[in-house]
Amino acid sequence: MHQAHEMIVSGFGGQGVLSLGQILSYGAMIEGKEVSWMPSYGPEMRGGTANCTVIVSESRISSPIVSRFDSAVILNQPSLEKFEGSVKPGGMLFFEESAMIRPPKRTDIEVLGVPALQEAVKLGKKQVANMVMLGAFLQRCPLVQSESILEALKGVLPERHHHLLPLNKQALMAGIEFAFRRERSSKRTLAGPGTGIPVERHN
Amino acid sequence: MNQKKEPPRLMKGNEALAEAALRAGLQAYFGYPITPQSEILEYLTEHGAKRGAVVLQAESELAAINMVYGAAGAGARAMTSSSSPGISLMQEGLSYMTSAQLPCLVVNVSRGGPGLGTIQPAQSDYFQATKGGGHGDYHLIVLAPSSVQEMADFVFDAFRLSEKYRNPAMILADGALGQMMEKVSLPAEGSLPPGDKPWATVGKPASRERNIITSLFIEPERMEEVNLHLQKKYHEIQQEVRYEEIETNDAEILLVAFGLAARIAQKAVELAREKGIKAGLLRPITLYPFPSQIISSLSRKVISFLVVEMNAGQMVEDVRLAVAGGRPVAFKGRMGGMIPSPEEVLEEIESIAESYRIPAV
Repeated sequence: MHQAHEMIVSGFGGQGVLSLGQILSYGAMIEGKEVSWMPSYGPEMRGGTANCTVIVSESRISSPIVSRFDSAVILNQPSLEKFEGSVKPGGMLFFEESAMIRPPKRTDIEVLGVPALQEAVKLGKKQVANMVMLGAFLQRCPLVQSESILEALKGVLPERHHHLLPLNKQALMAGIEFAFRRERSSKRTLAGPGTGIPVERHN
Repeated sequence: MNQKKEPPRLMKGNEALAEAALRAGLQAYFGYPITPQSEILEYLTEHGAKRGAVVLQAESELAAINMVYGAAGAGARAMTSSSSPGISLMQEGLSYMTSAQLPCLVVNVSRGGPGLGTIQPAQSDYFQATKGGGHGDYHLIVLAPSSVQEMADFVFDAFRLSEKYRNPAMILADGALGQMMEKVSLPAEGSLPPGDKPWATVGKPASRERNIITSLFIEPERMEEVNLHLQKKYHEIQQEVRYEEIETNDAEILLVAFGLAARIAQKAVELAREKGIKAGLLRPITLYPFPSQIISSLSRKVISFLVVEMNAGQMVEDVRLAVAGGRPVAFKGRMGGMIPSPEEVLEEIESIAESYRIPAV
């Protein structure tokens, strides 16, 4: 793993943006890594765009505030407009397919559209779309083991919601599987240059 | 202090601070909600009473600080917390408490001003925190955390120092440190035993004279005596100075920054070092007492200073006093809740390096 991974998670309030970041941070902490989770707070949380910066590192994190990101997880159109340009060249951008009218244009980064909401609806609860997204992210960018994420869920979810743990696990697995299948198909058919779609697994 | 630590938790700065206060033997908390520190009040409301603390939401910040005044006078380990506009309202009470020589902890999770301002993080309360803030010749003891871990740890230090010197102590944080989550190892409960407070007004036994707590000394001769005593105390407090040095050994450009700005400055130092510029960082941990001596001695080794703050330039004045004209002291700041990026700070470092033609390695 790169020494530090700096990412932004952004979308509308209520899409589970902050909890996605928090679960990832918690999982990284369980693995003994250094983490920081910096939320946007204030008026934008109440109906507008919410985001959090997550940094996972093998060593002490200096600035918890960064303006360029190794990866971005984008759940709505305004967030894409705001952060597409802030992904470092060679970085990764994951976006919720159903939320974009204008998809990302960058070709110098890996871009993966994820039908997270659709997968979550299939599972019967659209609120777990963030976990589908997290699964897809982790498949492409294995910062944290999925076992640690499941462990983290127990810590982050209040106990009265622990009956939802299996559903969250299913959602996470659906995301992992989606990204895995996408990798395999891109390996077969899209090995050419300029596709913007990666052909190698990271783990 | 022997503080045994348990496994780390992922917590917001505000929550870590509140939990640490309970572990530090907090007996009385009075506060009033204001973003971005309301989690402290919320956390203590939920957990305080169960763990033996009186927790009360006052009708205003004025009421809250005067409740702290009363509780401290009765010998309780007392605290309040607020954010910038609320802290302004508490200045009268803090002036009274320093004159009456009472310990307490005040937490300022500061935000952009002046006025009602913004709820975004800022460091523009440095002057208010370190120079007195209210009327009269006094200082608070001021600690500036720069991580969630320090948000927790400094509660213990602040209570200890404020009780040792019978003077209010402040933790000066900012909205980002309050809202962000990091790994934190919480100090153990009971590691800060209650000290002797023979001055507390807890009922007069036959064995001693009446204890009187007041800030009114109407004869100027007596008022001057009180002032001389306070000044002697502030002189002694200088020995409590704390700071962190990062890459200062061979530094040619020395950054000085506290709190969140120090984290950003540290990243800028890392980026500068990658480019072969010998930058370093001095982070004041106590803002009062201010680490003037180390800055003065480092000024004989470095070529130039760069002070980074989330304000229009406040601590930079104390750095310039310490440097005493010996070296140029540049300033980089953002105001009103804006946070400088590490890249912005790096640009300043590069332009200083350029102007002094410090050769890249």
